Amino acid sequence: MKRAARLFRRRMLSSIPVLILVVVGTFLLIDNASGDAADAYLLAIGGGDAGYAEALRQDYGLDRPVWVRLGFYAWNLVHLDLGRSVTLNRPILDVILERLPVTLWLMGSAVALSFVLGSLLGIVAGARPGSGTDKALSVGSLALYSVPSFWLGLVLSVVFAVQLRWFPVSGIETIASGKTGLSRVGDVARHLVLPVASLAILYLALFLRLMRAGMAEVWRQDFVLAARARGVPRGRIVLRHVARNALLPLVTMLGLQAAGMLGGSVVIESVFGIPGFGRLAAEAVSGRDAPLLMGIILTSAVLVILVNLAVDMTYAALDPRVGASDAA
Amino acid sequence: MSVAARFARSPEGVAGLLLLALLASGALLAPLLFPGDPLSIVGRPLLAPFQQAGLPLGTDRLGRDVMAELFHGARASLIVGVSAAAVAILAGALVGTVAGFGGGMIDEALMRVVDAFQIVPGFLLALAFVSTIGPSLGVVVVAIALGAWTGPARLARAEVLSIRERDFVASARVLGMHPLEIALKEVLPLAMPPVLALTSVIVAGAVLTEAALSFLGLGDPNIVTWGTMIAEGRNVLRTAAWLSIVPGLGLVALVLGVYLFGEGLVEALSRREGQG
Amino acid sequence: MSVLVSLDGLRVTYPRAAASALGPVTLDLHRGERLAVIGESGSGKSTLARAVVDLLPPGTRCEGHLRWADAPPAPGRDYGYVFQDPAASFDPVLSIGAQMVEVLRCHLPIGREAARARAIKLLARVRIPSPALALEGYPHQFSGGQKQRIAIALAIAAAPTLLIADEPTSALDTVVQAEIVALLALLVEADGMTLLFITHDIALASGLADQIAVVREGRLVEVGAAAQIISHPREAYTKALIAAHLDLATPPLIGAVP
Repeated sequence: MKRAARLFRRRMLSSIPVLILVVVGTFLLIDNASGDAADAYLLAIGGGDAGYAEALRQDYGLDRPVWVRLGFYAWNLVHLDLGRSVTLNRPILDVILERLPVTLWLMGSAVALSFVLGSLLGIVAGARPGSGTDKALSVGSLALYSVPSFWLGLVLSVVFAVQLRWFPVSGIETIASGKTGLSRVGDVARHLVLPVASLAILYLALFLRLMRAGMAEVWRQDFVLAARARGVPRGRIVLRHVARNALLPLVTMLGLQAAGMLGGSVVIESVFGIPGFGRLAAEAVSGRDAPLLMGIILTSAVLVILVNLAVDMTYAALDPRVGASDAA
Repeated sequence: MSVAARFARSPEGVAGLLLLALLASGALLAPLLFPGDPLSIVGRPLLAPFQQAGLPLGTDRLGRDVMAELFHGARASLIVGVSAAAVAILAGALVGTVAGFGGGMIDEALMRVVDAFQIVPGFLLALAFVSTIGPSLGVVVVAIALGAWTGPARLARAEVLSIRERDFVASARVLGMHPLEIALKEVLPLAMPPVLALTSVIVAGAVLTEAALSFLGLGDPNIVTWGTMIAEGRNVLRTAAWLSIVPGLGLVALVLGVYLFGEGLVEALSRREGQG
Repeated sequence: MSVLVSLDGLRVTYPRAAASALGPVTLDLHRGERLAVIGESGSGKSTLARAVVDLLPPGTRCEGHLRWADAPPAPGRDYGYVFQDPAASFDPVLSIGAQMVEVLRCHLPIGREAARARAIKLLARVRIPSPALALEGYPHQFSGGQKQRIAIALAIAAAPTLLIADEPTSALDTVVQAEIVALLALLVEADGMTLLFITHDIALASGLADQIAVVREGRLVEVGAAAQIISHPREAYTKALIAAHLDLATPPLIGAVP
């Protein structure tokens, strides 16, 4: 796939300046405004005298001008060193890599579930624009889309965890259960049901609406009429032509939603007490751990870039027109 | 048929308008119906709803009137939602206009900034912003706008790119108007309508972001918001779930109202003759 | 010649439109006839073609009668339809081969391989160079003229008896136009199809059709044998059409560098 390789290279190159902007921007916002990691550290260890604070400041390089510190930070970044967390006193990259998988599982399952169900329901709604089914699904999905995910999480946990006791209230697995292998996987899965459901319902509504709107758009195109005139049966037109074409903008939306999903993981993981990436962000905020918060923001920016890259590649595979007109 | 008449024929739009009118009047009347600080203690804590005549929705963990909090919370949600959306749309439209009209290096640089803002999760940015600067109503508004201005910016730029080739822009140049003056006085107003169509989505997003921020304890501590009410109620979720559920219903109603209203408006404004 | 379909006071009104787009129109189409419907854009001539084979958008109101000698024709099998814009008559994300195989297999009880073989023959018939390779291509990789040839191949895939060509050349440049018209003439002749040809170009119509119907503002102005209409138009409007065409189609003396 020469076309895909070209696209890949171009996307990688164009994201470098953007990433540099993110680094500089976040550094200036967080490091400069919050000022003192030394204070935060002293707070975390329970105080210390002024001399110790001064020593710490030199340690962190806080007595240097901001551009020098930014230079240091960038230099370390190039070597994949995000610095040390003040509150956890561990390398930030280690902490992030430890917390990330849970979140990726959570997001991945929610997205997979909502994408499949949402686009299927979208096809049902969009198969006959303006029909009763279409109207009902349209209004229903709008109502679902208006529900804040964290509140939905609370409601689901009141009903299914507190009242019905079907699922655990919080956490990622039963603590000290000693479970291994498949039974541990089952345990984790049971813990993930409610958080995945709260996220998936929201995105299901989004994908349903997009699919429906996309199909309405494709129905208006002339090639659908041409297919009808050639005697292609209606069901086949709906699935093979209209739905397939309407799926393309949905794939793009997947990339655009990546940033929103990472942001959403903060509240959902807080609601369900899941020790993931989003929860880490909330901890960094409450612990006033500026370096950690920066590391989290940079990591999420890189993740968003990677997801978009994957989405672009998928799109190029699905749409033969992409990159066709580019010169090599 | 006028836009208003077409809007009135859309059941979604009318339902949205009714919901919004209800919530807005609740927000406006809050100081009259529930004078005084909604955060003051009025009775026994954790009074269930419909138990006491003066306190129809009962009291929270600290004995505050839930009904009063709900009305004042509507105020906060509406104020933050509308002002954050206004800031985001204005800032986005300005940046987009300057980028599209300036072209060349200006365009390139500004669009890279837009890209940078788009790859950082808006909610994380808002978290970082509020936590470094400190929670207050204004800061929360700016924090939310930080994550929402890129959409309007892109749209405004695309509009401006098509407008700037028109004749009247060339004649304004010939007349010797300053490019910035042309951009802001002649081009921006024309680029606004499609950008304004984003309003409902941005307002709804801002309301939800505000709720999530205050749910995490990053709202203005001196104001009741629905997000803080939900967070408060969470502590007694097992025994008094309504404390979290009721303000959440308010949020759903507000966001749904905004979406429905927006849907009706877009329908009324679109001149395209749909098939079927 | 026996009547294939007769339109009797046919009137078409689009949804949410105040006035009707066509009609009332009364007109017969005979078997084996080549009828050209001529009119300016917006005259309702495309509406007429779509109304005949029931391809109007949902919610469109049709009054009057449409009588087929046999059962109403099935799309693709009994009639083939060629649209004005070849770029818009293909699914942009499926290969030409996939779209041809799909249409062939909708009408003929054949397997995928047999359908491919048949598609190659069809493409060769409409003179697409290296047809086997063309099957792997996507619509955007072909020129407008080639796309229209492929669209014609699709229209005649199931050997229909009626071919409807709705301004099949107006999106193409002049040289390609002539080629497409020649191809249509050849195919109609060879397969003995009935042709309903919609155009705004009276010269194209005179070259291809044996009958001409002139439409203006949704009404039929005059119908008759092609030769007679061209040489002795009865109506002032038809005269004007012919005159206007001569003005425009006279070969330019300047700028016609080959």
